[in-house]
Amino acid sequence: DEWRLSCINRDFSVCHSYPPVVIVPKSVNDEELRKVALFRHGNRFPVLSYYHRKNGMIMMRSSQPLTGTNGRRCKEDEKLINATLRPGKRGYIIDTRSLNVAQQARAKGGGFEQEVHYPQWRRIHKGIERFNILQESLIKLVEACNDQSHNMDRWLSKLEASNWLTHVKEILTTACLAAQCIDREGASVLVHGTEGTDSTLQVTSLAQIILDPRCRTIRGFESLVVREWLQAGHPFQQRCAQSAYSNSKQKWEAPVFLLFLDCVWQILRQFPCSFEFNENFLILLFEHAYASQFGTFLGNNENERAKLKLPQKTMSLWSWVNGTEEINRFLNPIYEANSLVIWPAVAPQSLQLWAGVFLRWNRPSKYLDEAQEEMVRIINYNKELQAKVKVLRRHLAELEAGGRMQENP
Amino acid sequence: VENVRLLDRLSSRKAALGTLYLTATHVIFVENGSETRKETWVLHSQISSIEKQATTATGCPLLIRCKNFQVIQLIIPQERDCHDIYISLIRLARPVKYEELYCFSFNPKLDKEEREQGWKLVNLTEEYNRMGVPNNYWQICDVNRDYGVCDSYPTEVYVPKSATAHIIVGSSKFRSRRRFPALSYYCKDNNASICRSSQPLSGFSARCLEDEQMLQAIRKANPGSDFIYVVDTRPKLNAMANRAAGKGYENEDNYSNIKFQFIGIENIHVMRNSLQKMLEVCELKSPSMSDFLWGLENSGWLKHIKAIMDAGIFIAKAVAEEGVSVLVHCSDGWDRTAQVCSVASLLLDPYYRTMKGFMVLIEKDWVSFGHKFNHRYGNLDGDPKEISPVIDQFIECVWQLMEQSPCAFEFNERFLIHIQHHIYSCQFGNFLCNSQKERRELKIQERTYSLWAQLWKNRADYLNPLYRSDHSQTQGTLYPQIAPCNFLYKFWSGMYNRFEKGLHPRQSVTDYLMAVKEETQQLEEELEVLGERLANLQKSQSGDNKVKSKQQDQSKHFRLSTSNNSLANTPQDYSNDLKSFPSRSPSQGDEEDSALILTQDNLKSSDPDLSANSDQESGVEDLSCRSPSGGGCLPSEDSGKDSDEAVFLAG
Repeated sequence: DEWRLSCINRDFSVCHSYPPVVIVPKSVNDEELRKVALFRHGNRFPVLSYYHRKNGMIMMRSSQPLTGTNGRRCKEDEKLINATLRPGKRGYIIDTRSLNVAQQARAKGGGFEQEVHYPQWRRIHKGIERFNILQESLIKLVEACNDQSHNMDRWLSKLEASNWLTHVKEILTTACLAAQCIDREGASVLVHGTEGTDSTLQVTSLAQIILDPRCRTIRGFESLVVREWLQAGHPFQQRCAQSAYSNSKQKWEAPVFLLFLDCVWQILRQFPCSFEFNENFLILLFEHAYASQFGTFLGNNENERAKLKLPQKTMSLWSWVNGTEEINRFLNPIYEANSLVIWPAVAPQSLQLWAGVFLRWNRPSKYLDEAQEEMVRIINYNKELQAKVKVLRRHLAELEAGGRMQENP
Repeated sequence: VENVRLLDRLSSRKAALGTLYLTATHVIFVENGSETRKETWVLHSQISSIEKQATTATGCPLLIRCKNFQVIQLIIPQERDCHDIYISLIRLARPVKYEELYCFSFNPKLDKEEREQGWKLVNLTEEYNRMGVPNNYWQICDVNRDYGVCDSYPTEVYVPKSATAHIIVGSSKFRSRRRFPALSYYCKDNNASICRSSQPLSGFSARCLEDEQMLQAIRKANPGSDFIYVVDTRPKLNAMANRAAGKGYENEDNYSNIKFQFIGIENIHVMRNSLQKMLEVCELKSPSMSDFLWGLENSGWLKHIKAIMDAGIFIAKAVAEEGVSVLVHCSDGWDRTAQVCSVASLLLDPYYRTMKGFMVLIEKDWVSFGHKFNHRYGNLDGDPKEISPVIDQFIECVWQLMEQSPCAFEFNERFLIHIQHHIYSCQFGNFLCNSQKERRELKIQERTYSLWAQLWKNRADYLNPLYRSDHSQTQGTLYPQIAPCNFLYKFWSGMYNRFEKGLHPRQSVTDYLMAVKEETQQLEEELEVLGERLANLQKSQSGDNKVKSKQQDQSKHFRLSTSNNSLANTPQDYSNDLKSFPSRSPSQGDEEDSALILTQDNLKSSDPDLSANSDQESGVEDLSCRSPSGGGCLPSEDSGKDSDEAVFLAG
């Protein structure tokens, strides 16, 4: 009742990286939205990302406010953000940058919400790294994984020096924090970093996996990727151009989406029965984000995809995946729908290198594949027996009923 | 002592108030909490160190570190009480006589016959027969009948047939502690064998004809090969240093047809320090990823694990692929040699990868050949420099192998963890003393119980659901990644952070599959019953009406739920920022859940097996939540346990 669909961005004129339709508070009209858009980096005004049905709390995402050094304000922005809170409720603004970085952003016209102007909101800063830092981390990690010559000590120190797992831990922790605010503190959350197209999306999408069981199904995860990555305007073309083996330094290259998938894998590893899909599905998405015969991950946003007429000219990855033959490869045999919120552990002892991606070509996988097959065999045999028992029971019941009928005609 | 607080390591705000009891055998902490009265039991023999820290305003902190990697932090209100407890525990944790150990008072209520049966479960004579000895090349030698030649060896030792008593005795005099070369594993397919001994007393130039003849005899016992490998598991530098003390290693020139090889596994002191360093990392409060990885690297622990594995792999390859016999030794031949021989045997022979076979392997390579359990694991008060996690490392090697080949072992991780626990617990007599001779003198088998019988009784809990005896991974030699694949060695949090449940995966694939298999078995049975009834019914269809067996109770189906919901629903401290938020609502269930992390399921279980640690069974308990109706709905526990979530479901 408090939210409405807005077609304000129908022709991508308000925000070129947003989809045509977004969800915004009912009490804010399109005119006000235009003003809010002008106050936000890249015009990415706050929109609804997730509604937590259990307690009615919500998660929004946006880009940074353009407060600049002289502390500009925008009363429509303040109105919009406050309109999302129910009376007497509080909210958290999770800024994915460290306080230091956020402060520095003011010099370039960016900034963060001053608490005096958003009195019901409390700001939390978390330091998720960006761009070339992530890219260098990936390059170092892949280098370490490919070098089989070094001894144990060197391997561990190279793994450490890559900082990859540090990034995983930081992103997961921030997502858990957002989920905790919503589910445990009963507070609403606004997430943003600078542009609101990278770390913001990592946090909002992971928080939904933690909170919402539907996101742990294949279809649910697909629509999560569509909503929170493709439609939300994560610039896949810029971020996923070269991967780890590029000689030329690409300014916009960064494994943001891969880090997200890695975090999903970490949760999957800790809750192996709670996901409908398996690791192969995540690896598939990783591969197709970088190179694909499908149009799904092409372009940087919906706007570009529309201009390129991709929906008309290319096939969708999803329609292929959801084809009955393919989908079996991605099903988790031991999936058991779990309606609960799942809280992953984020201690260093609880996180592991994602061997399925990073050691994929340098480790023998025969024994592991066999284990997977064995698991499927055990589950299938069980199902087969269940079906047989069911048939026999019915058969028996029919015969018995028939017998009784004959007795008492 | 009352009003003692048990701290939770993961989060300082969660502490349980309760009463601390000291008994003759255990430290017991009973929580004040109204209904559950959670209890934490710690055997005195598990206590590794006790540290009294500086008194603070809240009381006197006492830190108890256990050999099974449990760490208990208590705060005792009165300094004097704390001191008394400290002094008592120091005494209790370091008994001076074997008779003080728990196994002499532990009574699982079995009669004499059952106890004897228990000890007979693992029979080494049978084991050597299984391997194929005695045969044309190998025989049992009786020179050590009364431990006359070597007091740390068993009475029954297998040696090459051509090795006469004279050669054996002569060779024993040329070996440290008279531990002469003896058979550890025999491969019947190609006659290659693994033998073990201690280092030769060669010094810089000494020779011993009998010892040379002994090695020659080992070679001859494998007619298919014209040399043997002699593997010295020490780093070369250590072995050379030993020469100055009149010990050392074999000179290839003096022995005919040996190939000598060093494999650098560090000594017990290095290993002790390495573990110490790694445990410090495990104990860090909220370490960063870098702290952790750097600390892990710096401890060198995984490097040592890999060195042991490499040695085992080298020997297994020599035996299986080259068909060459191997003589393994280190200094005394009871630590590194035991590790390496048992890893190699495990790789070579699928039998040792079964539950029973693994028990046999530990009895053979560790217990019977005089691994000094008492000294290494500090059962009695002794020289702290003798303590070292030698068998722990072997157990970890097995775990690493299990991770790399998930279908190859009949047992699961829980089995390994329980064995490790009992090596230190002194609850069973198996691992007492330093040698077979000492155990016989103490009449261990008449006065204590055997762990193997206990594990065997509960074997259903220890099964690996992925194991199938006709699977390719359970046939023949197991080839782990032989290329230098360091990244396959992982930190074992299930062992070293065993008691920090919050760190572990919240759902267990193993437990889930075990429950599925159990259900499958019930289905098979039901199918049979139904089939019979159907046949009967069809037979008597025409006339009689006697078939009215109402067996609707068959629907014993249970829903599977492996999620440890109580834990899964507790967020950790993801941010300190939240604490300062004034309107923080006390999140429900938090307090209740928090205590679980350390002491979950320590509600003194009826099974006295793992005094403090029945937590391992918790996974199984979770599985027992079967709804008798067999309805296809969600596990009812979920909604019941956490009212929060019930709302979520309804919504």
